[in-house]
Formats: sequence, structure tokens, C-alpha cells
Amino acid sequence: MRNEMYVEFSSVSQNESFARVTVASFVAQLDPTMEELTEIKTVVSEAVTNAIIHGYNNEPDHKVSISCKIHDDGEIELTIRDYGIGIEDIDEARQPLYTSKPELERSGMGFTIIENFMDSVEVISKQGEGTSVYMRKQLTKSKTVYN
Amino acid sequence: MGLEFTFEVKKDVLIVRLAGELDHHEAEGLRDQWKDMLYLNPVKHVIVNLEQVSFMDSSGLGVVLGRYKEVLQLGGQMVVCSIPHTIKRLFEMSGMFKIIRLEENEEFALETLGVAS
Repeated sequence: MRNEMYVEFSSVSQNESFARVTVASFVAQLDPTMEELTEIKTVVSEAVTNAIIHGYNNEPDHKVSISCKIHDDGEIELTIRDYGIGIEDIDEARQPLYTSKPELERSGMGFTIIENFMDSVEVISKQGEGTSVYMRKQLTKSKTVYN
Repeated sequence: MGLEFTFEVKKDVLIVRLAGELDHHEAEGLRDQWKDMLYLNPVKHVIVNLEQVSFMDSSGLGVVLGRYKEVLQLGGQMVVCSIPHTIKRLFEMSGMFKIIRLEENEEFALETLGVAS
């Protein structure tokens, strides 16, 4: 492993942009393409939004955490975690167009987008204890000279 | 960075121009004003100009889909135009173009809705 970071913040929607910009600046040292950077920002936004809206039902007094590890070979490991209500049926939640909150005008595409933009996605959730979304992505190698 | 949006009405078309980042945090304010514009003006169709949008996630898709349903009820069409490459991928992945038409720019989009710009 070459570098890692951990950040924890309040479950308020203002922090969605904070979260994706923070992760983007951290992984920038791997010299990702613009497209890879957009993909990473998008999945961070999706997972943090899920934590705030679903994990904590939009209650602002909780914490969301992100840990990110980057490896010499250009692999990124990203874990986004909440300590909220948990997901009852993970398979159902990962279905395209599924939303547990249709009244909030959710598209139901969050997990589908995460799965498309990352190489692997693992969701671990326990009711009443929270949800972790663990993701990995290998960046294209062509550009970087490794220090 | 946040989101900026402007509305313009041309005949029976509401043009929505978005700039900046459209995420869950920004979605609510946009939705409320967009809804008002849709019902306070004698419009039927909507053109969404995404040219200046630098970031969008599934919350943004949700807002667009919500308005799409309202436009259908008005008997109109929704057209998206000037979509940046990265956002186009998001729309494609989500099957949005099966229900929402894509045009290259605002002028074309207006023409297809019978409005000369």
C-alpha cells in the first residue's frame, strides 16, 4: 500500500460535494484520467447520498465516514460507511430503478451507477447497525511513472 | 461550486438551463422552482440544456424524471440538449434516452418543438 486517508463528517447534504471533491483530490496523485475522476466522484456522491437519505433518514446529527487506500499499481479501495438503519434486503436495493423512497423522487439508479463505474462493489449491512459499501477500481496504467 | 439555473419561456416551451453541479443537495431547490415554472406558465414542452453542467448523479436524474412525468401529463415532450460526454454516459446507463429525446443544441430542440428561435 502506498497511501491512505480517512475522513468523517456530519450526515448533511452539503457534505455530498465535500466528500466527492475530497476523494477526488486524494486520488489525483495516481494521475487518473478525467473520465476516471468523474466516475469516482459520482460513486462517492451516490454512496454518501444513500447514507444520508436512507441510512439516516435525512437526520443531520449522524456521521458518515470514508476511507480510501491507493496502491502503487493504481488500484483504489474505497469504503463509505454509515451507522444508520441498515438495508433490509441488499439484493433488492441493488436492483436498477428500485427505491425505498419513491416519494422523494429518487431515480433508483444509485447502486447501478456505482456497479458500472467500479470494478467491484460489496455491500455489508446490518439492520440497526449501518451499512458499508466497499468498492475497488483499477486505474488505467499507461500514464504514470511510479515513485 | 453549487448549481445555477435559469428559465425561459418561448411560446409553449419552457427552457431550463443548468450550470454547475446537480446532486441531491441541489436537487430540491431546482425541483421546486422548476415545478412552479411548469405550472405558472402556459407551457407544454420542456427543453433541458445541460451544456454548463459539470457534475450530475442519480439525484439529478431523479429530478429530470420527475418533471418528465409532469410534462407527459401536460401532453408535451421533454427534450435534453447540449449534453456533456460524462453526463451522456449517465443518461445512457440509466435508459433515460428511451423516454427522453436528445438533441444537439437548444436551437434544434426548439425547432423540433415547432418554435423558431
